[in-house]
Amino acid sequence: MHGETDMNEGGPSGRFAPSASPLVHPHVVTERSPATTSDLSFRASAAKALGDVQLRANFRRAMDGLMAKRAAQFPDPGDLQELRDLGTAVRARSLLRLPELLEQLEASCSRNGIQVHWAETCDQANALILGLLQAKGATRLVKGKSMVSEEMHLNAFLESHGIESLESDLGEYIIQLDHETPSHIIMPAIHKNKGQIARQFSQKIKDAKYTEDVDELTALARKVLRQKFLEADAGLSGVNFAVAETGTLCLVENEGNGRMSTHVPPLHIAVMGLEKVVARLEDVAPLYALLTRSATGQPVSTYFNLISGPRAEGEKDGPREVHLVILDNGRSRIYGDPQLQATLRCIRCGACMNHCPVYTRVGGHAYEAVYPGPIGKILTPQMEGVGLRHDLIHGSSLCGACSEVCPVEIPIPDILVRLRREATHADAGSKVAGKGTGRTAAEDLAWRAWAAVLKRPGLYRFSVWFATRFRRFIPGGLPLLKAWTMSRTKPLPAPRSLQERLRSEGLPRV
Amino acid sequence: MNAPKPTKAYFYGTCLVDLFFPDAGMAGIQLLQRAGVEVVFPEGQTCCGQPAYNCGFFEEARAVARTQIALFPEDLPVILPSGSCAGMMKHHYPDLFRGQPEEAAALAFSARVYELTQFLVDVLEVRLEDLGQPVKVTWHSSCHALRDLGLKGQPQALIGQLAHVELAPLARERECCGFGGTFSVRHPEISGAMSCDKAADALATGAEVVLSTDGGCLLNVKGVLEAQAAPMRVQHIAEFLWERTHAR
Repeated sequence: MHGETDMNEGGPSGRFAPSASPLVHPHVVTERSPATTSDLSFRASAAKALGDVQLRANFRRAMDGLMAKRAAQFPDPGDLQELRDLGTAVRARSLLRLPELLEQLEASCSRNGIQVHWAETCDQANALILGLLQAKGATRLVKGKSMVSEEMHLNAFLESHGIESLESDLGEYIIQLDHETPSHIIMPAIHKNKGQIARQFSQKIKDAKYTEDVDELTALARKVLRQKFLEADAGLSGVNFAVAETGTLCLVENEGNGRMSTHVPPLHIAVMGLEKVVARLEDVAPLYALLTRSATGQPVSTYFNLISGPRAEGEKDGPREVHLVILDNGRSRIYGDPQLQATLRCIRCGACMNHCPVYTRVGGHAYEAVYPGPIGKILTPQMEGVGLRHDLIHGSSLCGACSEVCPVEIPIPDILVRLRREATHADAGSKVAGKGTGRTAAEDLAWRAWAAVLKRPGLYRFSVWFATRFRRFIPGGLPLLKAWTMSRTKPLPAPRSLQERLRSEGLPRV
Repeated sequence: MNAPKPTKAYFYGTCLVDLFFPDAGMAGIQLLQRAGVEVVFPEGQTCCGQPAYNCGFFEEARAVARTQIALFPEDLPVILPSGSCAGMMKHHYPDLFRGQPEEAAALAFSARVYELTQFLVDVLEVRLEDLGQPVKVTWHSSCHALRDLGLKGQPQALIGQLAHVELAPLARERECCGFGGTFSVRHPEISGAMSCDKAADALATGAEVVLSTDGGCLLNVKGVLEAQAAPMRVQHIAEFLWERTHAR
């Protein structure tokens, strides 16, 4: 788990303790990485997480709460389905017109005084942002929450160039103090409980007294952050929705830190994945309604910022300059596949992880990825390579709890099956990163043998006869059986199969 | 005016019922027969192809599925004692055969597929008379029955018809039991944790038996309960319904 290994080594050097050493994240892939599957093991990191009783309790309690809150927001299944249909249609329609809408967004933003920059890779996006900051001589950046900036590993990059990059979202602030990565895309510090945060604050915030009172803890962070907002040379934020027609950047948040980051410092830089664009302001309404309800079970968020440009002549506040960095990082490749394109409908609500029986048990860090949970399971392999992430793609029972709650109806289990296909087959015409690189001779042979038996009823009948006759003598050391019996007894075939009984006795007669 | 009820139907045994739960297969056939349906059980049945399909080995899945579709040529309903296999045949065959020469045949076949309790409730509208002793049971919805196939309480409705059966719901009835086919052996640690939680949930209901539509879930939960020497049985819904409603 990267949160506990490489990130913890840079010791805290001050209150905000940016990691002392430049951090090269193992999963930043700009060129195809030569790493092999053995470098990343969901199975191993999940097994480790499963052994952490406190972690499991924290996640279970938190996810139970989130599921209940979401359910309370959608009391009527018919109304919910209507809203989901609308949200899905908006996102699908936006993607259909994506190239056109992005051009329109650029034109509208430019008209509003927002300078638009394009980055194909995370490296390019980082360099662009560094350039913007250096041009202003900025050394102190405050950040609103942004998963795209996590994708870019922006904090580590800026710190390696001598720029303080401070997270101002409370959850992000908490994990930054411990040099951790988010364990959830909406609630980044959800893996920690109150007591853990209380201890951390008392140790890492100057003059902080130990308290487990949530309001007091929040006030502690607020006091520190308030000063930082006033001192910052620049602010950075993500974008929830970008409106092509009006050139408006929408930012959904609860703490006001998003507004502070984007309005107090003289320079505001927004970063977004290129899929975030919608055509019109009206498109935002259903997506917003779905986002807050699905994410945290709120009918509305405390703040909803509509950013439409820098401070105009005669205005008394707002940034002097606003920039928008639009990142690709593999998205246009995903876009090029008609089935996989649905991945880009995501509005990053996190409901899939809140409802996922796997995520609930292992937590976000076990995924060794920026985006954990079901959406991460389909997004990460498409960004980094399906072969490299083969065991992650298989780390799902395909139960469908994710797609059942997804506000934009992304068929995550179907996409997982498709990615399993891509990992093991290099189909002509497929654009999927790393296609075919997860193929092994053993698995190949296993499925061929499976089909060879099951397409021949005679062979099947013999196999079943064999299994029933020797049912008590199946060796437990067989690899699959060994895995199965870690938690279970050996499965015992019946003494005679259904088909054997029907053949000898004939059909029953009622 | 309701459509006339079918008088003849195919039965698809499924590989897990064939090998592990033959009594459930027999019971399913008998429940249909008692409701006035002549059951046809074609020879040559093996597997719906789901394991290979779910792992992305579509050619292998298709090679098997093709042989199975061919066993059911007549325009009759095809009844399965499994939500998962029925979901595969009903909702994933159309994807599996898209653009293939057999696409039309696969679509026509898929349209005829039913899970057993779905057919008993929605089509045959059976009424059950409970002849058994009082018993407390709990119900596990298989994810594929629930979400792939879209079962909407048909099994619970059948259990509800039994006068002497108390249904004690699981605290997390809609949560996966952790089986997931190859998931159970590729990720045995996560799968095991989910399975143990499901078993604990079932035990906490105080029921004697946990029922389900699906052999995979049953095999999984049974394995965990046995490993823990827990005082609880698992049983396929078909076998449970038949046991309680036929005069011996």
